[in-house]
Amino acid sequence: MSMSFTRKNSDLARQDGKRFGLDQAMTALCFLIMTTVVILPVVMIIYNTFWDGTQIDLEMFRRVIFREENLAAMKNTVIIAVVSTIFATIIGVFFAWLLGRSDIPMKGLMRWLFSIPFMIPPFLAAMAWDMMFSGRGGYVNRFLMDIFNLKNAPFNINTIWGIIVIEVVYYFPFVYMQVVSALERMDPTLEESARIAGARQWHVIRTITLPLTIPAISSGTLLVLITSLSNYGIPRMVGSSKNIFTLPTKIVDLVNRAGGDFQGIREATALSVVLVIVVSIALFVQRKLLKAGRYDIIKGKSMRPTLIKLRAAKYPLLVFSLVFLMLVVLAPLVIIVLVSLLRAYGLPFAMENFTFANYTKILVGNKSVTDSIKNSLFLGFSSGFICLFLGVMLSYVIYKVKPRGSGLLETLAVLPYSLPGTVMAIGCILAWSGAVFGITLYNSIWIILVAYIARYLSYTLKSCSASLQQVHISLEDASRACGATHMESLSDVTLPLIKPAMISSFFLVFLPAMRELTTSVLLYGPNSRTLGVAIQNLRDNGYMTQAAALSVVAIVIIMVCNGVVKYITRDRKGV
Amino acid sequence: MAKIRFDHVTVRYGNHTVVKDFSLDVQEGEILGIVGPSGCGKTSLVRSLGGFINPDEGDIYINDNLVYSKKKRVNRPPETRRLGIVFQDYAVWPHLSVYDNVAYPLKKRKVPKADIDKLTRQALEQVRMTGYEKHMPAQLSGGQQQRVAIARALTSSNDVIIMDEPITNLDAKLREGMLDEIRILQQKLHTTIIYITHDQEAALQLCDRVVIMEPTGDICQIGTDEEIIERPANRFVFSFIGVSNFIPVIEDQGCYYVYEKRADRCFAQQKPEGFISDRPCVMGIRPMDIIFDDESPIKGEITQAVFLGTLFNYFIRIGDAELRVQRSMLDSLDGREYKEGETVGLRFLNEKYYDAEEGEVRK
Amino acid sequence: MDQIVLKNVTKRFTTKTLGTVTAVDNFNLNVKEGECFSFLGPSGCGKTTTLRMIAGFEDLSEGEIYLGGRPVSIRSKNLYVPPEERGLGMVFQAFAVWPHMNIFDNVAYPLKVKKVPAAQIRERVAKALKHCSLDGMEKVFPSDLSGGQQQRIALARAIVTSPKVMLLDEPLSNLDPKLRETMRFEIKKLQKEFNFTIIFVTHDQSEAMALSDRMLVMDMGVVKQIGTPTELYNNPTDKFVHSFLGQSNFTHVELSGGRVYLKGDHSAPLGMDAPKTSEKEMLLATRPNTIEISRDEGIPGTVVKRVFLTDFTEYIVALGDQTVRVQAPHRNMFRAGDPCYLRFANPIWYSAQKDASEQERERRTLV
Repeated sequence: MSMSFTRKNSDLARQDGKRFGLDQAMTALCFLIMTTVVILPVVMIIYNTFWDGTQIDLEMFRRVIFREENLAAMKNTVIIAVVSTIFATIIGVFFAWLLGRSDIPMKGLMRWLFSIPFMIPPFLAAMAWDMMFSGRGGYVNRFLMDIFNLKNAPFNINTIWGIIVIEVVYYFPFVYMQVVSALERMDPTLEESARIAGARQWHVIRTITLPLTIPAISSGTLLVLITSLSNYGIPRMVGSSKNIFTLPTKIVDLVNRAGGDFQGIREATALSVVLVIVVSIALFVQRKLLKAGRYDIIKGKSMRPTLIKLRAAKYPLLVFSLVFLMLVVLAPLVIIVLVSLLRAYGLPFAMENFTFANYTKILVGNKSVTDSIKNSLFLGFSSGFICLFLGVMLSYVIYKVKPRGSGLLETLAVLPYSLPGTVMAIGCILAWSGAVFGITLYNSIWIILVAYIARYLSYTLKSCSASLQQVHISLEDASRACGATHMESLSDVTLPLIKPAMISSFFLVFLPAMRELTTSVLLYGPNSRTLGVAIQNLRDNGYMTQAAALSVVAIVIIMVCNGVVKYITRDRKGV
Repeated sequence: MAKIRFDHVTVRYGNHTVVKDFSLDVQEGEILGIVGPSGCGKTSLVRSLGGFINPDEGDIYINDNLVYSKKKRVNRPPETRRLGIVFQDYAVWPHLSVYDNVAYPLKKRKVPKADIDKLTRQALEQVRMTGYEKHMPAQLSGGQQQRVAIARALTSSNDVIIMDEPITNLDAKLREGMLDEIRILQQKLHTTIIYITHDQEAALQLCDRVVIMEPTGDICQIGTDEEIIERPANRFVFSFIGVSNFIPVIEDQGCYYVYEKRADRCFAQQKPEGFISDRPCVMGIRPMDIIFDDESPIKGEITQAVFLGTLFNYFIRIGDAELRVQRSMLDSLDGREYKEGETVGLRFLNEKYYDAEEGEVRK
Repeated sequence: MDQIVLKNVTKRFTTKTLGTVTAVDNFNLNVKEGECFSFLGPSGCGKTTTLRMIAGFEDLSEGEIYLGGRPVSIRSKNLYVPPEERGLGMVFQAFAVWPHMNIFDNVAYPLKVKKVPAAQIRERVAKALKHCSLDGMEKVFPSDLSGGQQQRIALARAIVTSPKVMLLDEPLSNLDPKLRETMRFEIKKLQKEFNFTIIFVTHDQSEAMALSDRMLVMDMGVVKQIGTPTELYNNPTDKFVHSFLGQSNFTHVELSGGRVYLKGDHSAPLGMDAPKTSEKEMLLATRPNTIEISRDEGIPGTVVKRVFLTDFTEYIVALGDQTVRVQAPHRNMFRAGDPCYLRFANPIWYSAQKDASEQERERRTLV
């Protein structure tokens, strides 16, 4: 090997200027973007709540929160969130144990069923439940009335309890996911040593297994609590028609009623502040609990946990679980598909009433619907790419460049994650209606894009930074030592290594953006309807069957994309 | 002149000094080991040499070229320093094939296409990885990844290679084989190798010269393996090499006592070689160098006797102190069994003497 | 009395890739009361499976297990006593202390399950903690403790019910080497105090030898040899046991006229007695630490390499075209190239043919 590249002393100049240039430019850009996208809307909310244009104004805030209808909304929000969280937790833990620890058959099928609610947006699930159980018009209600010859509808979904039921069945898989992974990773000798100590199976579950999964349970529980507090779709679809409001639906209602009147929007911001406070309390509790109970239960030999034999209870439990899952997961899907095929809403499900006309009506000729699909696709792709780009840059700056203030950057990037979508939207309205540098994005698709970026940036940041932290510093150092410049080392080594994470993080943004309703319902203009908004409008205007058809289209798009993600990210070798 | 020179290099992290005024010359064509417990600043030295961190003081020369100087404001970026580095975790790029990993440095240094292929294949042949060109790193064992990392270091630099704990992740048998291979490779190519490790056995086995660093970052001995084993410079080096006993020794009127001045503690009537008279002195002695001898006046009681599989290990109580003694299988085949509770005579062989205060093992 | 008896115990697994695998094959064992008995073998040899069958976490495919004379698993009668009713103590590799309970609750758990009165619980827990040097730490949670202390909790929890049999499943492998040594000693002390029978499973030969009264070596589900540590170390019955229990030199030799020659070199016989056998070719097995290296008498050789290890110096000595590894203290050093003389203090002879288990191993690696 004869290579001699000895350089002369003449190029002994200080050569690291370029490197600092690149890193510093990225750092500055990150701070700039975070300020405009995150800080600005938040500041605008607080500013507008307590500043009436000339002076500090606490009176408006006081008046708004003590108004009777708003108090009722607050009460509803808390009741719905607390009760549905409790039941979602119980059901989620039960299924987690059943799938993670018992020898119940058909686990694959059940796992698949659990993944479905993650793909369907909550407002669609709520719409489906509404079609099944809404008073005398609900299909299931009618079916039951026919069979049992009832005079009144047996169920009424349009109540607080109806909302709670939908939230429970929609959210319990979140708890299930957290707990089942904890159970599967738990060191089996923790339970075996309790058997050796003389405890029977059920005693072990009660005194060892369950207490050890409490951190997982509580993190699942709080996730549900926070999501439920800020949920807009379900109470909107089921409750609004009967004047049952929660904080998010009330906020949207206030904005809509204001019709552009600034005072009305200020009232909505006041409620937003209340919602943020409630969510913050929940988040604070979550932080505390997670810190207190982080047990290290995943060490030792990688042994598969011993499965508990259900013996006689096996088949009854299997039948029960399958029926339950079918009912809560598949039935809403089925009903939407069936309704989408009806000639008119309300007709019985019979062959002669089925038609594909609804699909042609919405997909051909209905410009506002086709536009909404285009808009959502545009928003999905553009927010996906922008968040991906920003996420990679942010995580690189935070974890590799580590400038002063990197902790602040991280906090800023994850902050919108805990802000309810409704609140984020209000912030965007306030910030981008000419308040800053006279820039007006209101009523255009760009304001939705900005809001999406703020909301979903934390998704890509989390995914990319997790992957980037796995890229050991020596991999980059090695390429520098081999003669690569800083830029080359980034493009030859770092970026290719986090490519799988980049691909999946794109979809982490694309998928929720496609099915978004909460934010866009406040931000859309005549030419910037999204899929969710279009479905809601169709339904509100009485076109139930067309709303169902468009829902089916949305679900198909989401499921296909989901399949693509699974296919791309399957068996990729980690770094 | 030296191949690599550290000239009064100091590295600090905040208020914490990890490398303090470190100076060292590495000669052309030698394997130099830098050994020290974790936290003694070894890795900071490598990273300073590679250009990944900037020392707070001092100069670094590679091949007589100044590559870093705080004072003269010289700082050549890593890619121009022409070093081959083998990292502890191999740092083989998982997304590139074996061939692409090894060819990478050549591509970056704009070597003509035809030569790239030739040199890459040569390097792979040197580390006996011919035939694995198309494999991805995930398909290779730890030892094979290690070889790829070495091949990549060879294409990156043909005259200086730095190895940072390169074999710690391999199991014992593979480690020994790998050390032999590195040695053979070096003899063939006459590369200068700096071998950084906390594993004194590996360093003694591989290196021409070994630098032993204290936890504080000071160099306490530089020498060949034999010099270090035969004449450890201080207590720290002595205890760093292996299990050791330190026994206070007292000199009184031509008699030399262990622990205390008592007739049955006298082990020598004339001054032992290396004994330090004017200061408090300790004897450093290895468990294997204490022999059971019924004739010896120094007696102790066996408090624990355990068969360790390769040798017998004893704890012997003398007064308030406890000594560790090891008896090889060879000696134990004489049939005499020493049991717990028994009193035995002790004789010392091959002992060293140190200043009792200096080089004490610090925490 | 025999505290633990295993009769013809066999365990078969069915896996998707290998089909039916015999993990433990016709295992017979009698462990006496108060004995410390080790199962030693490479990973996958069946030692842990055997232990788990004794504990009751695995059922048997064939055979019988008795604890203190009481049948606990008898395949032919479909008798199976669940783990909680076997009255055992057990300590696991990963400590398995419950992170949601403090030390007191961890150790008190077995007693609480048995509905022992509270006053008695306090007394017995205190005693167990004292013996494991954990007294005064009742309120501490395991996550605040080091690995060694966590393993002490596990030990205290295992002894608190004063079980007759203690099963230890690689309890020291997650600890650092220094701690391993002290814990080993503490386990012995506990055994003397509480007088239980120990089954100790490990893959670390020095650990097994330091701790056990008797031990066995297993490979591929088969028991290779049972005996005291020194018996096994100095007189292994086959090559596997020889090389598993420590370092080995296998020198190929040929026998002719009652003399021993290096294979392919009949110029001078080695100065040692030939074994009584009809075979022409044999393996001479020696251990590096039972070879005497000197400057004056024995079998002549040349030092080709010297390596300093922490506790001794290792020489590679050439005998003809073969090499032998020799370990000696760090004194009277030889240098590479020096002539030397060797004396084999404990030569053992094996047939040069491959035995059945070697053939089986080769077959399995090929699959």
